[in-house]
Amino acid sequence: MSYTTTIIFAGTSLLGACAGLVGCFAVLRRRALVGDALAHAALPGVCLAFLVLGYRSLPAMLLGAFVTGIAGIVCISTLRQFTRIKEDAAIGIVLSVFFGAGVVLLRVIMNSVSAGSKAGLETYIYGKTTSIALADVYLIGGAAVGCLAIIVLLYKEFQVVVFDSEFAGVQGWPAFLLDLLLMAMIAFAVVIGLPAVGVVMMAALLIIPAAAARFWTEQLWVMLAMSALMGAAMGAVGTTFSSRFEGLPAGPAIVLCGSVVFLISLLTAPRRGLLARLWSERKFRRRMARQRTLNVLYNVWERSHPEVLSFAMDDVLRRKSWTFDELHSALGALSREGCVSFQPEGRFAMTDHGLQCAAMAARGFRMWELFLTENAEASSGIADFDYRSLEERLPREMIAELEEKLKEEGRYPTIMRRDGFSHECN
Amino acid sequence: MMTQVETSTTAAVPVLDVHDVTVAYHRKPVIWDVDLTINTPQLVGIVGPNGAGKSTLIKAILGLVPMASGRVSVYGKPFRQQRRLVGYVPQRESVDWDFPVNVLDAVLMGTYGELGWLRRPGRKQKAWARECLDQVGIADLEARQIGQLSGGQQQRVFLARALAQKAEIYFMDEPMAGVDAATERVIFELLRQMRDDGKTVIVVHHDLRTIAGYFDEVVLLNMRLVASGPVAEVFTNDNLRKTYGGRLGILEDAGEAMRAQERSQ
Repeated sequence: MSYTTTIIFAGTSLLGACAGLVGCFAVLRRRALVGDALAHAALPGVCLAFLVLGYRSLPAMLLGAFVTGIAGIVCISTLRQFTRIKEDAAIGIVLSVFFGAGVVLLRVIMNSVSAGSKAGLETYIYGKTTSIALADVYLIGGAAVGCLAIIVLLYKEFQVVVFDSEFAGVQGWPAFLLDLLLMAMIAFAVVIGLPAVGVVMMAALLIIPAAAARFWTEQLWVMLAMSALMGAAMGAVGTTFSSRFEGLPAGPAIVLCGSVVFLISLLTAPRRGLLARLWSERKFRRRMARQRTLNVLYNVWERSHPEVLSFAMDDVLRRKSWTFDELHSALGALSREGCVSFQPEGRFAMTDHGLQCAAMAARGFRMWELFLTENAEASSGIADFDYRSLEERLPREMIAELEEKLKEEGRYPTIMRRDGFSHECN
Repeated sequence: MMTQVETSTTAAVPVLDVHDVTVAYHRKPVIWDVDLTINTPQLVGIVGPNGAGKSTLIKAILGLVPMASGRVSVYGKPFRQQRRLVGYVPQRESVDWDFPVNVLDAVLMGTYGELGWLRRPGRKQKAWARECLDQVGIADLEARQIGQLSGGQQQRVFLARALAQKAEIYFMDEPMAGVDAATERVIFELLRQMRDDGKTVIVVHHDLRTIAGYFDEVVLLNMRLVASGPVAEVFTNDNLRKTYGGRLGILEDAGEAMRAQERSQ
């Protein structure tokens, strides 16, 4: 790797890490779009700084970006607070107006100033990593380390303010100031990222790593660490692509790399990932189908002679609006775990084990039904008709009460073995 | 520690003194000139129709919404100086439950006020947070992400977090809204326990039928204060009519509950 590529590499990785870190709080605080507006609103600042000075100076342009970026944010909150315009509309207005002004200013500069001094200014729109110099890397690195230090020091304070700012306020934390500090860090990350990534793509560098990291963890500090790492990887790999292919701007390259990371997270993350969710949804449906079938089988058995364990499928179909095929596949699933066995002439038999399971399903269903009847106002979120969640979701006295009532009504499944709850019939 | 001494030696000073509080949103008054004094630790219910400003009153007292006028003192001193004596249970819907923290972390937040800037919760705070979780009966759920809990369990997390604040006076915004009967029972038992321990608990409550059974004092609010005081004196049909207008269904329910309560005493 040449000296320049090393510098660029270091610069974009640090930038990605910094953006990933503060982006977590932006996303969790529902401020993701504010970061986008900030980036767009920074463009006129860059141009104004150039117009005032007449030559390119990175610190001056970053300062300009910071000033108009913050002005944009102030406009958004003013619009939201003092008019009836909602936040999304306010963001849309500010974002496009400031960006439009920036593009117009850029044109003015292009038309009026000599070629040499304005070079590279247009890269602020899409980003160009080759413009990163050693001094920039120090700046970006310093910002990343600064953000990291602030977040490590004020982790607890940020956590409580972002999660529940009112509670934090009652505890005496200066919620507004902490919020402002977060906002300033977001603004800072956006501004130092502008030359490399460009105003159009900068928001993605804030949002994508945080959103991707959220899929993998339920803990804030893990999310922060992952997001920083993912941001760094995005920056590094994106830069590599951008430098390999002539004319490929760095911003889009970095964002596309990020989107691959995001897609992988979205699909494959355990628990929160799409595939895991589909899988558990499928498992859930099967479990529910199994319990409904068992419940029906118990009802059928209850109505017949207790010794009889063999039934015609038609008997079941009369009690439940299933098609023959639906019943057949439901029974097929039960026969695989030894609850029923098929017999000739459209009949099937329940095994002892099957009867046990059916009784448990029926108990669960009836208990939940009774619970719902007695607590109709406030309990719909609790009852899920799963017999295994009864013990987990209801207090023991309540279960005993429900059992007692069912017994009084003579509807408590009687063949339940006292010893054998939930062990065999999963 | 200093606060403990102060609260016990200043028995003559009212727990909470709310003076002349008016709150307005967009130049429309929401709370009008409320005076309210709670002299001794007890269970206080705030009731009133929807939009009566119950939550707003609490938030104004806690300094969460700006007051157009008024002042609040807790144990004789301005609220700002007494934050450590105050615990808060916000409405359950007020936070994003998908936030990446687990139950124990959420309860630990209650200890942050005592910790102050930069210090991290350590073993002592964790042990205390677990104790608070145990008091609300969900000690076994400490490692769960808060979004995986049922509504009642989430409410208990908020209560445990408030307990972790070790406050003297608690404000709770509809802690029994949308919870199951079992949780409501647990919460009420907890409130009573807190009262018996000398705490003051002020609860925004929605269910008129349970007011008489649950609370010592009641505050009837509909923009202005209609009445406040011991339930037996203040929770009358006349006052209820002033608070709720002519909606008789509610009044009859409440009257029925009152009579049932009286019979049982």
